[in-house]
Amino acid sequence: MDKHTVHEVIMIGAGPTALTAGIYTSREDIETLLFEKGAVGGLAAVTDHIDNYPGFADGVDGLVLADQMRKQAERFGAKIELGEVTSINHEGKLIKLETTSGVMHAKALLVATGSDYKKVGVPGEKEFFARGVHYCATCDGAFYRDKRLVVVGGGNSATQEAVFLTRFATHIDMLVRADHFRASDVLQEEVAKHKDKITVHFNTTTDEIVGQDNKVVKVVGTDKKTGKKVDFPTDGVFVFVGLQPNTSFIDPKKIELDEIGFIKTDDNLMTTMKGVFAAGDVRHGATMQIASATGEGATVALRIREYLEGHKVINE
Amino acid sequence: MVKNITIFTTNTCAYCVMVKKYLASKGFGYEEVNLDQNPERQAEAQSLSGALTVPVTVVTKQDDSQEVIVGFNLGKLVPAVS
Repeated sequence: MDKHTVHEVIMIGAGPTALTAGIYTSREDIETLLFEKGAVGGLAAVTDHIDNYPGFADGVDGLVLADQMRKQAERFGAKIELGEVTSINHEGKLIKLETTSGVMHAKALLVATGSDYKKVGVPGEKEFFARGVHYCATCDGAFYRDKRLVVVGGGNSATQEAVFLTRFATHIDMLVRADHFRASDVLQEEVAKHKDKITVHFNTTTDEIVGQDNKVVKVVGTDKKTGKKVDFPTDGVFVFVGLQPNTSFIDPKKIELDEIGFIKTDDNLMTTMKGVFAAGDVRHGATMQIASATGEGATVALRIREYLEGHKVINE
Repeated sequence: MVKNITIFTTNTCAYCVMVKKYLASKGFGYEEVNLDQNPERQAEAQSLSGALTVPVTVVTKQDDSQEVIVGFNLGKLVPAVS
C-alpha cells in the first residue's frame, strides 16, 4: 500500500456536520479529506433561507451558509473531493473505503452523510419524478411560473418551501395528513401571510398523482373527515414528508443501524465499527437541525482527535 | 473531445453550483443559461432533458454529438467530459 494514500481522517459527506468537523480537525493539523457525492452543504445548501441558525440576525440563504462553511474548512486545509463511497471495511488497523475514485485508506472515518427527503409512496410519484414530482423547490420551482402546485407535507420543510414556491406559482394547495402543522409557529405565520396563494387542506391524505399526455394534471387525496376522494388540479407536486438517512452504502452487519436506517453510536459518537464515527442527521437520535449538526460536528472532531491520539495508527 | 458545454441553472440551485465548480476544477469553460434571468429558454432546457429540473448540462463533442446530463450526476458527467 502506498503510505501517501492513507488519510488521517476521511469524512463521508460535506454538509454542516462534516464541514464543521473538518474545520476543527484541519485547524489542529489533522489531515482531513471530505468526500461528497452531492451538494457541498447538503440539505442546508438546497434550503432557500435559514432563519434559525445563530449568528445571522436576518437569516441566511442556505447556499451562502454552505459556501461560507466550505471556505472556512478549506482555509484550514480540509480537502473536498467529489465522489461516492461504496463500501467500508477494516484493513489491519486502517479503514479501507472503496469509492468511485478508487480505494482509499484512513486512520479514522466520519460518516456524516445526512438525510434526504422521503418519498410519499403513491402511484404516479416514481413515473413523474422530475417531470412533475419534485423534492427540491430551490432547484425546480422556477419551472412553475404562473402554474398551480400541490405541496405535500406539514412540517418545517413543507411550509418553508411552499412559501418559497409562491414566488412562481399562481396557487398552491398544501395537503397535510394531520389536523395541524408540525412546523414552527414562525413558519405557520409565514404560510398565513400568503393565504392569497396557499390553501391548506388538513386531514387530507395524498393517494395518487395523476398524469395525462406525459404531464401531471392532478393529485387525488382523501378528506379523512368525510372519507371522500378529493381532486386537486395541478401542474406539479413538491413532496416534503420527512427525512430518511443516507445509509444505503452501509453494511448493517458491520455498522449497526436502527430500524429506520439511522446509524447507532456510543457516547463518543463511534459506531459499532472501530474507528468509524457518525454524526449529524444520519445518526440515531439526530434532531435534524443545522445548529445541532454543527454542534455534533465539533463534538465528533474532538472524539476523533482523542481516538487518533489513543490509537497510534501507523501507515502499513 | 469536448467542443463546448452549456449549463442551464437557476439562482437558488445548489447542484448547479456543484456542476460549475466541478467543471471549473477540471479546467472546462462553459456557457451558463440562468433560467431565472432567461425564462424564455426554459422550454429549451426541458426539451433537452425531458425533465423540469436544473442543472441540465449539455456537452457538445467535436463531432457535434451531444450528451445531456440531468442533475449533479458525476457518474454521467465525468465520462461525458473525459
